[in-house]
Amino acid sequence: MRLTFRSAATGFVLAALTFGAAQVSYAAESPNPQADLKAFQKYFTDKFPKVKLEDFVNGPYSMDEGLYKQWKEKEEFPPYEFALDAGKELFNKPFKNGKSFADCFPNKGIGIRQNYPYFDEKQGKVVTLELAVNQCLESNGEKPFSYTKDDMASVTAYMAFTSRGKPFDIKIPNDPRAIEAYENGKRYFYTRRGQLNFSCATCHVQSPGDHIRAEVLAPALGILNAMPIYRSEWGGMGTTSRRFTSCNSQVRAVPLKPQDDEYRDLEYYLSYVSNGLPISGPGARP
Amino acid sequence: MSNRMMRLATLSALSVLLAAGATSAYAASTEADYKAAYAAAEAANNEAGKLRNQWTTAVSALKNAKKAAEAGDFDKAVAESKQSEMLSKAAIFQTNEQKDAWKEMEIK
Amino acid sequence: MASTIRVRATASGETTEVQALVQHPMDSGFVKDASGNLIPPHFIQQLTFEHDGKPVFVADWGPAVSKDPYVKFSFKGGKKGDELKISWVDNKGATDSSTAKIQ
Repeated sequence: MRLTFRSAATGFVLAALTFGAAQVSYAAESPNPQADLKAFQKYFTDKFPKVKLEDFVNGPYSMDEGLYKQWKEKEEFPPYEFALDAGKELFNKPFKNGKSFADCFPNKGIGIRQNYPYFDEKQGKVVTLELAVNQCLESNGEKPFSYTKDDMASVTAYMAFTSRGKPFDIKIPNDPRAIEAYENGKRYFYTRRGQLNFSCATCHVQSPGDHIRAEVLAPALGILNAMPIYRSEWGGMGTTSRRFTSCNSQVRAVPLKPQDDEYRDLEYYLSYVSNGLPISGPGARP
Repeated sequence: MSNRMMRLATLSALSVLLAAGATSAYAASTEADYKAAYAAAEAANNEAGKLRNQWTTAVSALKNAKKAAEAGDFDKAVAESKQSEMLSKAAIFQTNEQKDAWKEMEIK
Repeated sequence: MASTIRVRATASGETTEVQALVQHPMDSGFVKDASGNLIPPHFIQQLTFEHDGKPVFVADWGPAVSKDPYVKFSFKGGKKGDELKISWVDNKGATDSSTAKIQ
């Protein structure tokens, strides 16, 4: 009987799924984001006692000394400089109707990145910085940016830069919809997906500091603080949307659309549990 | 039957389906065979899509099935369709299992 | 159009350390685009740093150098306030140049 390797492999995956599952059922617990945050940050500071809390935002560089040295050198002349300059220009350029980004954002859009995402009670959903940028463009009759790179990366790079050093200050209002969005994001983070059966946690909670092929894995704590990033692998800038979609395809899950509910809720969760850690964007990564 | 035995039974059933899928590829497949296999695979992929967990390999197998059919190779087209269906069924299984199992990974 | 060359030169005693970041696609000519067509080679062939009219660093590059190349080197004989001239030419004949003062 001729079973192809692929059929056998799938059978193996099914077996792994079946036998790997624990025979436990979980009682529904009431949401407690503050407790989650405490446990989340304690998990990483316990795991890496030599890393200062604020240094977790450096991702793989705080996990590997050799990488850290190379990165420090590069930061004197960072590869995201071009995008940063382009972003500042774009941010200040008036729209056709005479208004500009400053008119859409609190404090004229300067030094506010650490407040995103937030739960918009009127819209009834999580609003990320990228979504806010495009909502601003559309409400002023301008074409929205593509979410993954180019102009969106440049503008969010500039906005992040104006918030450098400011600690993440994500709020979950006392609104059941906001708490549901937070819980959705948390569930997405820990759920295995794709043929490789990884969850975000598989790499970023279970294996930070370890290697996946030639890359050093970043800890989930502070993982969004450096966004958007210039990734050498991409040869260019990428936004949070770019990272989420590419992470999905890397575990062989078909990516959702940028800024779909799941992604915005995921960003909400990940940002909230990193509250207190400083914005370090835009960043450079291998 | 205990939970564990039920899972074993399910796995055995799936293994049989797997084997059955492999052997039926031996008889020369017709366009009708392909159409049926493709429809089943597409349905499974769509269901995985509704669950927001399509696998990239299931989608590419579907594409390969269509390409093979267009080239007249119905054996390959059927094989790719069945492969795609298997992958999507696994994706659906994964999503349903993860509904509770995700909590195993949560930092507490 | 803004310059493609960012440069920072710092003198410390006899030695001047120079860092430069050059914006250039540096296409090797071996990479295909999304449609499967080869992206034609487009890369800097020569990058030159001059001090006091003399070249202090010349790089002969080819397709192996990646996009937006970063260069760092040191040379002797420069001092604070001196001018450094940087220029490049690529395989399409395009050029750019810039000057910077040693700090």
